Amino acid sequence: MSKTKSGSPQTDSVKALRQIKEKILGRNFLLFVTIVLFIAMYIGGLIAFKDKNFGNLQVFLNLLISNAGLIITSVGMTMVLIVAGIDISVGSVIAVTCMMLAAMMENANIGAVPAMLIVLVFGFVFGAAQGFLIAYLKIQPFIVTLAGMFFARGLTAVISLKMITITNETFLSIAQYKMYLPFGATVNRKGVLVYPYIYPTVVAALVIVALVFIILRYTKFGRSVYAVGGNEQSALLMGLNVRRTKFIVYIINGVLATLGGIAFCLNTTGAFVELAKGFEMDAIASTVIGGTPLTGGVGNVFGTLFGVLIKATIETFVSFQGNLSSWWSKIIIASLLAFFIILQTLLTMRKRQDSQ
Amino acid sequence: MKQESLMKRITGFRLFLPILCLLLVLLVNLIQTPTFFKITVQNGVFYGFIIDIINRSSGLVIMALGMTLVVASSGGTDISVGAVSAVAGAVCVVALGTGEAYQMPYALSLLLALIVGALCGIVNGFLVAYMRVQPMVATLILFTAGRGIAQLITGSFILYVKPEHFSYLGAFLPGVPIPTPCFVALFLILLTWMLLRFTTLGMYIQSVGINRRASRLVGLNSKLIIFLTYVFCSICASVAGLISVSRTSSIDANNVGLYTELDAILAVAIGGNSLGGGKFSLAGSVIGAITIQALTTTLYAMHVAADQLPLYKAMVVIIIVSLQSPVVKKWFSGLKSKTSYSEPAKEAN
Repeated sequence: MSKTKSGSPQTDSVKALRQIKEKILGRNFLLFVTIVLFIAMYIGGLIAFKDKNFGNLQVFLNLLISNAGLIITSVGMTMVLIVAGIDISVGSVIAVTCMMLAAMMENANIGAVPAMLIVLVFGFVFGAAQGFLIAYLKIQPFIVTLAGMFFARGLTAVISLKMITITNETFLSIAQYKMYLPFGATVNRKGVLVYPYIYPTVVAALVIVALVFIILRYTKFGRSVYAVGGNEQSALLMGLNVRRTKFIVYIINGVLATLGGIAFCLNTTGAFVELAKGFEMDAIASTVIGGTPLTGGVGNVFGTLFGVLIKATIETFVSFQGNLSSWWSKIIIASLLAFFIILQTLLTMRKRQDSQ
Repeated sequence: MKQESLMKRITGFRLFLPILCLLLVLLVNLIQTPTFFKITVQNGVFYGFIIDIINRSSGLVIMALGMTLVVASSGGTDISVGAVSAVAGAVCVVALGTGEAYQMPYALSLLLALIVGALCGIVNGFLVAYMRVQPMVATLILFTAGRGIAQLITGSFILYVKPEHFSYLGAFLPGVPIPTPCFVALFLILLTWMLLRFTTLGMYIQSVGINRRASRLVGLNSKLIIFLTYVFCSICASVAGLISVSRTSSIDANNVGLYTELDAILAVAIGGNSLGGGKFSLAGSVIGAITIQALTTTLYAMHVAADQLPLYKAMVVIIIVSLQSPVVKKWFSGLKSKTSYSEPAKEAN
């Protein structure tokens, strides 16, 4: 019996257990809290709104359906926050995306697919412009995206001051294409078996979450995003191209914001100047609740997904309750935000003490 | 030689760019609208574009004062000022009531509004200074909740105040030809300036903004100083909210101070203050605030729709902040001295 360095299998398993524990309580603790909170809230909803079919699978899917655009945008926001930046232009970018789509399809008779492609190119250029100012001219992200926010909102008004409703058939057929799930059917009031459904935007949102997760975790670029966000100086000394990394992140963010805008537009099938006002703060709040602090270097897109779901669940609660003013959902989201921020602070404080 | 150094001294003057921006905006006006600088007297009060700019910018100037100190001390921004001004306005109106006469003395309602505003500042300041939360995130909480709270206070109604002298604060005092908000703004500017000039507080704020740790090590109470700037900023925001409520004699919690936080931050940036904290210039911020309002009024005078305004604002902002960017500045000085500017760090990949 030769004893290896790693010790007996028993101590190995103990070590593995400890590793799992560390994993839950350490790096991914915030993600863990977010998921637990979401599950707890959902169970709470099941108990509180038992008579209103809260447990119906469709109610859960509606959370995703009505927030597909927010999920896509928040994924971009997560990347920006990881690289220690911020983007407050996304709400306006979504408005201008919808307006461009509507104007192109209704006034200029451009097909739905070319219109979407043109909009994505706009997102790329917009992201590149912001990225250039932030990464290469070293202007604070807040100011650049503040100007971007004004610019995109003004552009929306320049395109059209009136509301445009989209009537393009291809676009509407995409918007109303129901993808039925093969399970979870319920019998409705008329006694017909109804399968729960989702829209293509939900699939797109989930694919993007998975894709960005893979990029961030397994590619060289993804790792350099974390490195740059964690400590720009050391990333530079390590030989990473800090400026290019930031630049690319803002480009991806611009494209994702327009993609989110397309998903948003598929939901609203119309556009007006005031559309999606304050959307950027929803995106930031969801991302922070999802466990991505604004200090950079840390973050997870799955957390962001759950952050959006938590926000959506609160809104569903308020609408199910019926008597509460919709302002309550804002106040509850703000208090949750406060809770998470304080939790994050306490956690980083403890970590700082640990390392000293 | 002497001429060159004079030139350098002018361009090196801290307020050079902000003042240049303001002059440029005014010059455009002079060409576009020749009557721009004409001031007439109507109904015993001054009337004209210039008066309008100064009047409308008063609220922004007041907010920019508080924002300057917040930016200087903590290197962050307070994005809750718009929401806080809505809360303060709501408190004031609800306290006075919508009857023919006030429910309580006018002064008391103002005080109440300022106290509630200060409470908001205490929340922000506590989170930023003592919990060490990044300023933008900490103030995001009140930004999200503030308007909701204001709606709860007003019961989601647009309330009107009937007594006529409620509008004095936002319009004109009887017999005085200059708008009241100008006096309020001037008073606050002087008060803040004297407070910073004749006490060591101004230096303390700069010191904390430049290096929080080092300031603590030399014996400054960094946390308290940052905390106080946030409280001050919220009080300024409340004053701006009260002016805005008085202007229309009504409270619409959705629209009072909407997007003013962005204008206030822009005013600070255009004024040549670094958003990274440290050194600051109150005069710069005041000029910045007036520049923004001048730009807005100019665009209105040129018949640009209100909704399209942000497009032009954004372009001006980008040009101004690009000129102030350290990289561009270096590039310019590199051109001047004709020495090739080499990248400090060439990346490997």
